[in-house]
Amino acid sequence: MTQETAVEAIAAARHYGTGSTAVKALDEVSISIRKGEFFTLLGPSGCGKTTLLRLIAGFETPTSGQILLSGKDITHIPPNERRVNTVFQSYALFPHLTVARNIAFGLEMLGRPNAEIDNRVKEMLALVQMEQMAERKPAMLSGGQQQRVALARALAPAPEVLLLDEPLSALDLKLRKEMQLELKRLQTKTGITFVFVTHDQEEALTMSDRIGVMKSGKLLQVGGPRDIYNAPVNRFVADFIGETNFLKGQLANGQVTLATGETLPLPDATGSGEVTLAIRPEQIRIAPDGPITAKLKQTVYFGTDTHCHLALADGSEIVARLQSPPSGETGLQEGETLRIAPVQGAVQILQED
Amino acid sequence: MAMPKHARDGWLLSIPALILLAFGAAGPLLIVFIYAFLEPGDFSGVVWNFTTEAWFRVFFERDIFDGTVSMADAHLTIFWRSVKLSLLTTLITFLIGFPMAWFIATQPPNRRPAWLFLITIPFWTNLLIRTFAILEVLRNQGLLNSFLLWLGVIDQPLQILYTDNAVLIGMAYVYLPLMVLPLFAAIDRFDFRLIEASYDLYASRWQVLRRIILPITRPGIVAGSILVFVPSLGAYVTPRILGGGKNMMVGNFIELQFGQGRNWPLGAALSMLLLVIVLVALLAYVRVTSGSERRDA
Repeated sequence: MTQETAVEAIAAARHYGTGSTAVKALDEVSISIRKGEFFTLLGPSGCGKTTLLRLIAGFETPTSGQILLSGKDITHIPPNERRVNTVFQSYALFPHLTVARNIAFGLEMLGRPNAEIDNRVKEMLALVQMEQMAERKPAMLSGGQQQRVALARALAPAPEVLLLDEPLSALDLKLRKEMQLELKRLQTKTGITFVFVTHDQEEALTMSDRIGVMKSGKLLQVGGPRDIYNAPVNRFVADFIGETNFLKGQLANGQVTLATGETLPLPDATGSGEVTLAIRPEQIRIAPDGPITAKLKQTVYFGTDTHCHLALADGSEIVARLQSPPSGETGLQEGETLRIAPVQGAVQILQED
Repeated sequence: MAMPKHARDGWLLSIPALILLAFGAAGPLLIVFIYAFLEPGDFSGVVWNFTTEAWFRVFFERDIFDGTVSMADAHLTIFWRSVKLSLLTTLITFLIGFPMAWFIATQPPNRRPAWLFLITIPFWTNLLIRTFAILEVLRNQGLLNSFLLWLGVIDQPLQILYTDNAVLIGMAYVYLPLMVLPLFAAIDRFDFRLIEASYDLYASRWQVLRRIILPITRPGIVAGSILVFVPSLGAYVTPRILGGGKNMMVGNFIELQFGQGRNWPLGAALSMLLLVIVLVALLAYVRVTSGSERRDA
């Protein structure tokens, strides 16, 4: 992957309203998205991810700051002059045009010769495996098929950047998983930079080269899926991406004294004072010599793994996720007192947000 | 019993409607059709002798003295004027009505009923009164001329009243709500996100209008155009008051045959011809508008 920049936002802000009542949908976000990468903007609704996408598309103009496309300032260029296409959450297919004409639309607007358009439409139909549906109207397609057409339509003009605004949110779970793989395949095949917006952390983890986590109009962390999952910068990111147990404690001399009074050795930790520890449920093991005592309150069987709800000595609750043995029975009794330990290196020390 | 019970009951239940249709719609039409093939009575009414004379007189006229036959130019002029004025009325109401309907459809939902009510106010007013109001605006010493004189745009009052333009203005005013309402219904259903999608796909404003908005709101455009064109073609009161006696439209000419002209069969034949023109226009409209999308930039 080259390190050339596809899209850049420089201190881009978007406010709605003015003065003290202004809502900062986007609060001076700077971000640099590389050419050819699958970049995901992840965050809860209202975090500004869609606003950032709309600034890149050109549907909205930033209150301040700049948007660059391949190093060129496009802040005030209208959307129909940006080599950027969007896959809309609602798909926004043209209901009066056939699938083929929907896909051809962008190329027609660019004034390409008919022969080229026909070839490109065929190519796109093949890419999304919709050759049989070319002459259908969008209303005659299923949600997943409409999704494919929306993708093909946006990819047909070969944009520099493809923007995807929660495109999978309307699909059912099974189809969504299928489309996740499909999107990743298309992105790899076309080599086009994808900027994908979602609130679904699993979607973000499975597809992205890099993820930008957003909250309240701010970008909290940018990094690869593993960095984001294993080294979240703060409690919000840790909590939003996957499930996490939080434990408060006092750090001193390479070990943390928990609220329960037990101590957890963390040889790599530096500094001292009050800290929050984050431990993923799957990183907790039952170990006879573990540093923490816990009472098993409940076990919930999830097929691949079993969730154990544990109560610590101070009454706080954590969840451990154990891989289910072949029999499906963990052999643990509810009410039993266990000793547990985090897997080596799995404990994160978080900044408070 | 071949028919299932519910189907038979359904047919029986529709009998009142069928009777109403037979007497209310088909019957009068049939009478007009028959009258068109009879001889006129001396003072009014018809004499029950079959003749195609009325149809002959629709298209041709016989010289009273030497009996030479020539085209009935006056009739054709009247028909042509009616069609022309009706098409222009449709066009004008569309050009004014589309932005109006767009404006209303893009207002916050709680304000739309007020706007729609304003549009339909003329509907609740008697047609004669509305037409006389227009007359008051257009006449030589009327509002429009006074205003233009005061502005200094003109130094002589414009003779608008009793011209085709006056009829056009009057009809456009009277039929505007019939255009706006179906357009509003169509635009209200329009998914405005499609506009963003087409900008995103490199369409200019003009292309968005022509390629996306107009084709998708076409059912409303067709409905509005039919609702304006058809009554315009048969308009009677508006051309009578604003066009004076000279600038007749078909409606006035037909009325003349049943009144002063005392030629009911000719009036009936003209009515049938008007009906045929309307049907042909409707068929043409349906054909044009249901045609498949062609690729043209």
